[in-house]
Amino acid sequence: MNTVEARPAEVTPATEPPVFTVRDLSMRYGNSLALKDVNMDISPRRITAIIGPSGCGKSTLIRCFNRMNELIPGARVSGEILYHGQDIYGPGVDPVVVRRHIGMVFQRPNPFPKSIYDNVAFGAKINGYRGDMDELVERCLRRAALWDEVKSQLKKSALDLSGGQQQRLCIARAIAVEPDVILMDEPASALDPIATVRIEDLMQELKKDYSIIIVTHNMQQAARVSDETAFLYTEVDEATSHRWGILVEFGETSQIFTRPKDKRTEDYVSGRFG
Amino acid sequence: MPSLNTAASTHADRWTGARLQPGLALKDLRPSSRRVWRNRRNAILIGLATLLVLIPVGMILAYIVAKGFRYMNLEFLTHSEPFSDRKVSGGFLNGLVGTALMVGIASAVSIPLGVLGAVYLVEYGKKNWLAKLIRFFADVMTGVPSIFVGLFVYTALVVHYGFGALMGAAALAIIMMPIVVRSTEEMLKLVPQELKDASYGLGAAKWTTITKVIIPSALPGISTGVMLAIARAAGETAPLILTALGSLQLTAKLWNSPISALPLAILQGARNPFAAGQARAWAGALELIIIVLVLTVLARVISSRSRLTK
Repeated sequence: MNTVEARPAEVTPATEPPVFTVRDLSMRYGNSLALKDVNMDISPRRITAIIGPSGCGKSTLIRCFNRMNELIPGARVSGEILYHGQDIYGPGVDPVVVRRHIGMVFQRPNPFPKSIYDNVAFGAKINGYRGDMDELVERCLRRAALWDEVKSQLKKSALDLSGGQQQRLCIARAIAVEPDVILMDEPASALDPIATVRIEDLMQELKKDYSIIIVTHNMQQAARVSDETAFLYTEVDEATSHRWGILVEFGETSQIFTRPKDKRTEDYVSGRFG
Repeated sequence: MPSLNTAASTHADRWTGARLQPGLALKDLRPSSRRVWRNRRNAILIGLATLLVLIPVGMILAYIVAKGFRYMNLEFLTHSEPFSDRKVSGGFLNGLVGTALMVGIASAVSIPLGVLGAVYLVEYGKKNWLAKLIRFFADVMTGVPSIFVGLFVYTALVVHYGFGALMGAAALAIIMMPIVVRSTEEMLKLVPQELKDASYGLGAAKWTTITKVIIPSALPGISTGVMLAIARAAGETAPLILTALGSLQLTAKLWNSPISALPLAILQGARNPFAAGQARAWAGALELIIIVLVLTVLARVISSRSRLTK
């Protein structure tokens, strides 16, 4: 088994009540099961990594946390996700309000075709922010470690930035609506190694204020940045060859990578497949 | 061709032309003369076909410019038609005003409705029966000869309320609407899902996402389609014969008064036997073609700025 280097980041102890409590979460697209019976607690101000082989439902799972799955026709969720004790799928809960509290950064940097300033201000504007917009934009860009690179060209199109800068801009845009949780769906998979390191450093910075859930297909990244790790795996129905994702193991990252309890986790983290 | 070894020979023999081998440089290898000849022949044929297509377009343009420029002057642009086709004076100001008025009203109605309809198709209806029905009828409508649209407006409106600018505008709006709907739909479809996700992810409601992200992102493309629809409406003649009728007078009345339009004035001038009237028609054709060309070029310039269609 190959050893994974020790994480540079200090581990935040999980003592406070969880941000999310996931209970028996299953997810279907039409009639086909995509995710089955997931149970986990997400701790506040920690980084939780979701790892697993391709097609195991990592992105599906993270998109359940802010109800982004509903944008896909035919998607259905059962079970519950309690956010500070309240079910985000409960009756009368508006997904728009959920997403206002739970921000998201996507796999490919997706800035709007607007100026850098307008990108950051967008979320605040549509959510009725009445404060000093210039101040908010500067604060969020600073927080996303982008201010020094763009402060002289805030009116420039966001699409002229490099991929890594665009992704940090997307993080600035996400924190401008002052969310509580930031979901990151493979935020560095489209970036080069240097830009990746910057995003990872930024995550360490952000976890002081935000709870972060990150999907990654890169085990080293999960080991480097996260406090807790969830390992998802694909189950196959031999008769119909239908596949869905299950949560195999969830625990402290150091435990998952050095003393996995499940054989499948051990095979995966030791690089035997995936 | 000598083969390198016996094992490869059966394979190598299937290929014409030489392979790189000891004693041969890359520059010594040439494709067979048959391939070279065929390539040239086909390139020439394609070039000829393109030329053939361009000949009528070029001739029309050249003819209209040559004939039209002779009578094109400030008086033509600022005066209406004289009451006699014989008279060498006046111009098509009445037609220009009528075209601007009717195309303007038709645009004001059909562009917002058409864009909203396209938003419905892309963001709400998607593939349900209503969306499919709208798409089908929009396609049928773009193919319907425009004289039928004129006939429809004639029987539905003109018979009751008389000829007028509003009736002409109604016919033009019916012609423009499906063009706007279909071209806008194509542009809205190009807006990447990632952008919509970004907006929804920030807590934007659907309508906010549509007005603040989707439509602005697609705007350059939408305006191309809109410009082409306007250009099409500006050149329509047949539906206006039955709805606006045409008039020698300069008027901006909306109803109960026949009104001229550039294509109608051109038709009127072209089918009379007097040289003066025919000369005005040529100048009118030049005026109309310049308007349409300007709109088309404007549409091209705007769409070339689009980041989505790049």
